[in-house]
Amino acid sequence: LPSPRTSRRGPPGAAPAMNCRAEVLEVSVEGRQVEEAMLAVLHTVLLHRSTGKFHYKKEGTYSIGTVGTQDVDCDFIDFTYVRVSSEELDRALRKAVGEFKDALRSSGSDGMGQISLEFYQKKKSRWPFSDECIPWELWTIKVNVVNLANEQERQICREKVGEKLCEKIINIVEVMNRHEYLPKMPTQSEVDNVFDTSLKDVQPYLYKISYQITDSLGTSVTTTMRRLIKDTLAL
Amino acid sequence: AMDTDLSSQDRKDLDKFIKFFALKTVQVIVQARLGEKICTRSSSFPTGSDWFNLAIKDIPEVTHEAKKALAGQLPAVGRSMCVEISLKTSEGDSMELEIWCLEMNEKCDKEIKVSYTVYNRLSLLLKSLLAITRVTPAYRLSRKQGHEYVILYRIYFGEVQLSGLGEGFQTVRVGTVGTPVGTVTLSCAYRINLAFMSTRQFERTPPIMGIIIDHFVDRPYPSSSPMHPCNYRAGEDNGAIYPSVEDSQEVCTTSFSTSPPSQCVFTVTKAHFQTPPPVVTDTLKVPVMGLAFSHQLSSSRLSYQPAALGVGSADMGYPVLFAGGLNAAHPHQLIGPGKEGGVPPIPSQPAHGTQADQERMCTPLDGVHYSAATPSSSEDTETVSNSSEGKCGSPHDILETIFIRKVGAFVNKPINQVTMANLDIPFAMFAPKNVELEDNDPMVNPPDSPETESPLQGSLHSEGSSGSSTGNTHDDFVMIDFKPAFSKDDILPMDLGTFYREFQNPPQLSSLSIDIGAQSMAEDLDSLPEKLAVHEKNVKEFDAFVETLQ
Repeated sequence: LPSPRTSRRGPPGAAPAMNCRAEVLEVSVEGRQVEEAMLAVLHTVLLHRSTGKFHYKKEGTYSIGTVGTQDVDCDFIDFTYVRVSSEELDRALRKAVGEFKDALRSSGSDGMGQISLEFYQKKKSRWPFSDECIPWELWTIKVNVVNLANEQERQICREKVGEKLCEKIINIVEVMNRHEYLPKMPTQSEVDNVFDTSLKDVQPYLYKISYQITDSLGTSVTTTMRRLIKDTLAL
Repeated sequence: AMDTDLSSQDRKDLDKFIKFFALKTVQVIVQARLGEKICTRSSSFPTGSDWFNLAIKDIPEVTHEAKKALAGQLPAVGRSMCVEISLKTSEGDSMELEIWCLEMNEKCDKEIKVSYTVYNRLSLLLKSLLAITRVTPAYRLSRKQGHEYVILYRIYFGEVQLSGLGEGFQTVRVGTVGTPVGTVTLSCAYRINLAFMSTRQFERTPPIMGIIIDHFVDRPYPSSSPMHPCNYRAGEDNGAIYPSVEDSQEVCTTSFSTSPPSQCVFTVTKAHFQTPPPVVTDTLKVPVMGLAFSHQLSSSRLSYQPAALGVGSADMGYPVLFAGGLNAAHPHQLIGPGKEGGVPPIPSQPAHGTQADQERMCTPLDGVHYSAATPSSSEDTETVSNSSEGKCGSPHDILETIFIRKVGAFVNKPINQVTMANLDIPFAMFAPKNVELEDNDPMVNPPDSPETESPLQGSLHSEGSSGSSTGNTHDDFVMIDFKPAFSKDDILPMDLGTFYREFQNPPQLSSLSIDIGAQSMAEDLDSLPEKLAVHEKNVKEFDAFVETLQ
């Protein structure tokens, strides 16, 4: 497991111009497991990085809406994850993950790629300069896609990937618990520089998702995964 | 000096936050072990009773138990709130799976703002708890509960007791939140020697496992509080409706939300068990067994010698998996009323029992409604999400084949049939079934030769009355009797499929069974005096022989 790299804490309240916390997670999955594995990780991060909707009142106080949660069972992995109850957010993530999966698939059967979830703040600049996007947390999920030969291997993969995802969730929670830099709670005029206020039921921090497909490593990845599975079978 | 730094309002707020945090923690944990998916709705506008800005339902019974355990106190150093999760089989045996601990240590963070930062961090910690409760091994176990076992919870306050988790238990930290009076820590210790049983055990694949002896150890501490099932009410006489959760004073007033609390009314339909549910007592006794279980992991088979019963070596291939659907004649064979010791009767469930259990598997909390009765509340009745999914399975989906051992010519045949449910051992359902009687042995009484019907035959006869003569339609085809050469046997004619199935799991040779070994040793011992006498007679010959060697 790669140890998460963290940057030093910036002074509270200051924009982290050069500091951005970066975490990297790696998973090896079968093609049909890619979407669910990505959704599980992304939703777990966003669960921790979303609040209820803010409603500002006079005198600078505000109320916060309520975030509901729901369990999602995976079809291709022995795993259940929790996500915030927001269909809009789920749709947005599924769209991004779907594109990523398609890109992986079209790159060849033995694909490698990574998907990134970046949280940022907007910093307004004076004209003629455009607003800056300053990232303060970056999650990268590296994906190896493997091909399995038979049903028995697939069954083992279901369980193994489920166990791996359990570890990833624990890793994510560890990072969240460090209580490191979070953007200051904004005033009403600043709220759109910190949060995504476009959804109707929850309010995640401003985020963007991007991905890239890296070069396939050819057979070596498949061989390693196959060996891992065979070792498990040999018991 | 410590308390003077904190304003009295802050102190009051902090105490309230910690109290409700403890109550919500218990709700999240117990709800995560109910055996079903949890679903709550987001709401743009707060309702005032949604502590920490999270929609976490309050099951009144659970809150009641938590408050009882806390008895007005708050977690402090040396006084932790613990939620113990355990598994209880229909035979009455139980095993601790997890202990969730909410602890407080002395490390204080004086600078932190109570009503703002601490509150938000407690909210974050609850989200982490939601996530973590789905990734410990007990989660998957709890999703499959209902038929052969149930998951129970127990709340206690005081010193953490981890000894019931067995050796090598693992810990996962959910998180910490620093406050001016100490640091709140939430963690989970869970048994791991059940982990490899969790998914494999209850599915088709035969697991490689042994029964761990330490399950049978008497609990060192008698439970000071009763265990509670996570997903059904133990007995209808407990049917009191618990008081609503929040007094009007216990609103989560923070700088954020201001609307009044809503009331929760909780009703449960009758328990779905057809037989009385296992008795829940204050002191749980796990029977200490006189039987020894030995592991034979090298041969990857579970073997045991129940010497007390005098049954022959029962070295079986695969332990019997669960009763649902296993034996058509006794679909609920392994479910009996809970008992501590003694032989349970094996009721054969009436047809509607199947129905109820089937419902139970898929929708365990069918009758649960959480309704907000406040007039001003816009929230309607919400039902806990019951989605029956393929994985849940009805009892009949679990196993389709009955595991039957056919006894071969050289195999040590058992004397009588013993069903595991009759044996007074814990977790009897995990142990293998015995072989059947000789009468059912096809080697002794071969089955009738199956009709060798060519697969072509069926397709030749057209369904509709096409008018063509039925007698002539198969003139173009030659009927073939499908008898593969290697399976053709005058003594035991059978088709390939049957042959393969029956000889797929050959029983162990009797010469390898210990009983035969013991027998022959007894014979050897008996014949010793005789042999000695013969050798004595031939002493001179032996001496001569020895001479030639030197």
